[in-house]
Amino acid sequence: MLVHFHESRVLPCRVALLGVTVWSVSKARLLPSRHRPGACARDATWQRADALAALQEAVAVGLEHSITPEDLVITAYRCHPFAVMRGGTVTGVLSELLGRQDGMSHGKGGSMHIFTPNFFGGNGIVGAQVPVGAGLAFALKYKGKAASAFALYGDGASNQGQVFESFNMAKLWDLPIVFVCENNKYGMGTSAERSSANTEYFTRGDKIPGIQANGMDIVATSQAVKYAREWTIAGKGPLLLEFVTYRYGGHSMSDPGTTYRTREEVQRMRSTQDPIRGLQRNLEEWGVATEAELKAIDKEAKATVDKSVEEAKASAFPKEVDLWTDIYYKGTAPPFMRGREREEVHHY
Amino acid sequence: MFTSQSSAAARIAKRRLLRSSTARRVARRAVSTQVEPPPAGGHLPGIATSKFLRTTRDAALRTPGITWRDDEHGAPVREIIGGRETRKMNVYQAVRDAMSIALMKDDTAVVFGEDVAFGGVFRCTMGLAEEFGRERVFNTPLSEQGIAGFGIGLAAMGQTAIAEIQFADYIFPAFDQLVNEAAKYRYRSGGQFNVGGLTVRTPTMSVGHGGLYHSQSPEGFFMGAAGLKIVIPRSPIQAKGLLLSSIRDPNPVIFMEPKILYRSAGTYGFMASSEAFPLTCIGNVVEQVPIDDFELPIGRAETLTTGTDLTLLTWGTPVYHCETALSMLANPPPSLAKHVPASLRSAKVELIDLRTILPWDVETVLESVKKTGRLVVVHEACRTAGVGAEIAAEVQKKAFLKLNAPVRRVTAWDVPTGLQYEKFVIPDAIRILDSIVETLAY
Repeated sequence: MLVHFHESRVLPCRVALLGVTVWSVSKARLLPSRHRPGACARDATWQRADALAALQEAVAVGLEHSITPEDLVITAYRCHPFAVMRGGTVTGVLSELLGRQDGMSHGKGGSMHIFTPNFFGGNGIVGAQVPVGAGLAFALKYKGKAASAFALYGDGASNQGQVFESFNMAKLWDLPIVFVCENNKYGMGTSAERSSANTEYFTRGDKIPGIQANGMDIVATSQAVKYAREWTIAGKGPLLLEFVTYRYGGHSMSDPGTTYRTREEVQRMRSTQDPIRGLQRNLEEWGVATEAELKAIDKEAKATVDKSVEEAKASAFPKEVDLWTDIYYKGTAPPFMRGREREEVHHY
Repeated sequence: MFTSQSSAAARIAKRRLLRSSTARRVARRAVSTQVEPPPAGGHLPGIATSKFLRTTRDAALRTPGITWRDDEHGAPVREIIGGRETRKMNVYQAVRDAMSIALMKDDTAVVFGEDVAFGGVFRCTMGLAEEFGRERVFNTPLSEQGIAGFGIGLAAMGQTAIAEIQFADYIFPAFDQLVNEAAKYRYRSGGQFNVGGLTVRTPTMSVGHGGLYHSQSPEGFFMGAAGLKIVIPRSPIQAKGLLLSSIRDPNPVIFMEPKILYRSAGTYGFMASSEAFPLTCIGNVVEQVPIDDFELPIGRAETLTTGTDLTLLTWGTPVYHCETALSMLANPPPSLAKHVPASLRSAKVELIDLRTILPWDVETVLESVKKTGRLVVVHEACRTAGVGAEIAAEVQKKAFLKLNAPVRRVTAWDVPTGLQYEKFVIPDAIRILDSIVETLAY
């Protein structure tokens, strides 16, 4: 069964949601962003902030609007919008990128490792989060909860062996899991066409059915997720859901993202496919909001993020003693752990 | 006999003497081989009568460090041992018993792995699926990385995940999941999440005929992964108590079970072979195991024999080879007598079973070495960057002035475990004895 949502159009009942959504999308975009050189790029510490999700915000926002707090999400390193959507704060994410105490992992995780109670990270190893997601789904099933696990990965990770191992286990045991492939066309510096024999990622689940949806359209993403969630909760087993999107930036801060693709391609995607611009255009066309109202939302989002940037910069660096905390459960740690230099040894 | 502060000159003299005597021993060995071929099973007496095994009810109930867990949460721990029962068990039966208790007492506990639903290749999960249901004891595909990741996800949801990797040699596909996900989950989430409920059981070490991929001891590869714990038991009581501790420890634990110890004699799971144990001569590893729920401490070594002249440190299968070596040191068989100087035979050796590899019990080992001045570490993994290297480095740093001899490692050679070479690769009692003699005479 293959369902395409490419040309999904908005339903009247969802219009009310979109006001909130456009703000969320704007906020998600403004996370460590190249759009805001004045706020961010001058500060050398932002160089640590890599693997951004610019132009892919519709996936995180659409996902969150169609699931409940009971549902579980786990993703790879392009995790910032998910962290905010799942109960985190912009300040918490930005502080984590800067490695500060107010960061959502208290400065220990950094860009790739951000968590909330129903968001299991933020994982730095390509594809490693997918079998973990299968475990999450098994726990949901074991506990008899009417909820789904969403394990996100990219077109690059889709070629990892453990992703296929997870597909097999999920189908074998009919786990309530949606494998969400964010196909942003590039796995680091290699395009999907140059890395995958089959670039229709939604068809790669063998006996698991798949859906492909436009990942640049917030309505398509939320509708597709809604459908997928209902599918898994109805006990039909796992589902593959591919979002076709685009990686606006390089893979990370060390990758300008222009050596393996043309600047024209990037500019074209931005000018024609930007999910925020697209949403704004639709809202205006349909008479849901005026340009002035949308600009006000945008302004509010920028102000929020600017404030968070300052809060993050003002946050203290982690305490030295926390170098040794959270390695083992308190009270079960070894008697001592070595430190940064010869004589620095921490005794528990 | 063993002064702790012998002069440098005396040491050098001893060393020279030793070199020449070693050369003579080698020459004599060659000659004696022609005259009197060694017995088919090697020179090693079996350990059917190992004195480290607790074969009576009373001895079993008095296992050092035992903590009874027989009551509901909050109830006082009963220290008394009267009225408790024991049953004769092999290691595999003790492992099964521990999992049965874990499944019975903890509704969130599940056991999974390749072939575990029908008992597993070593029968450690025999009957558990029938007893607790296939929802809780189930087979996985042959996908180790997937199994580890799946278990990590399950544990991240607060469940007790007891995974089996069929052989420790197969753990390498899961290395990333264990080192990058399991070990670091707590740290990288700033304490928000953990996978403390995860225990990965895996059969380890050699059986004498396992060959390249059924003989390895990968504990050292995990030793740098702070956040993990690594536990290796030596006997049925140890296996049950340490496994229950591992399952309940709030950190992810890799529990490596020396597979040759699973069943002492007779058939050997699917690996049954008339040629089983050609050299290793492990006797009956059977103990009276308390049937109640009990735990043994993780992170604590156990001193099996006390001594003042040399510390012999090991874990898992070689515990028994060490015991054999010590018995040969005191009473060398005629064929070896000429290689064991009479003056060394009364040496008092302190044998320590490390039990937990990470975090290892530095305190107990150091205390012992400071007393004896000599350390021999025995493990089945290869020498280079093995666990012995870390222990030697730490001991030499912390007890440098107390050492009367270099720390000696008796290990596998740095070669793969080729099927027909296994008996030469794995450290046996003769090599341990040789190292003890050389270290004592240094």
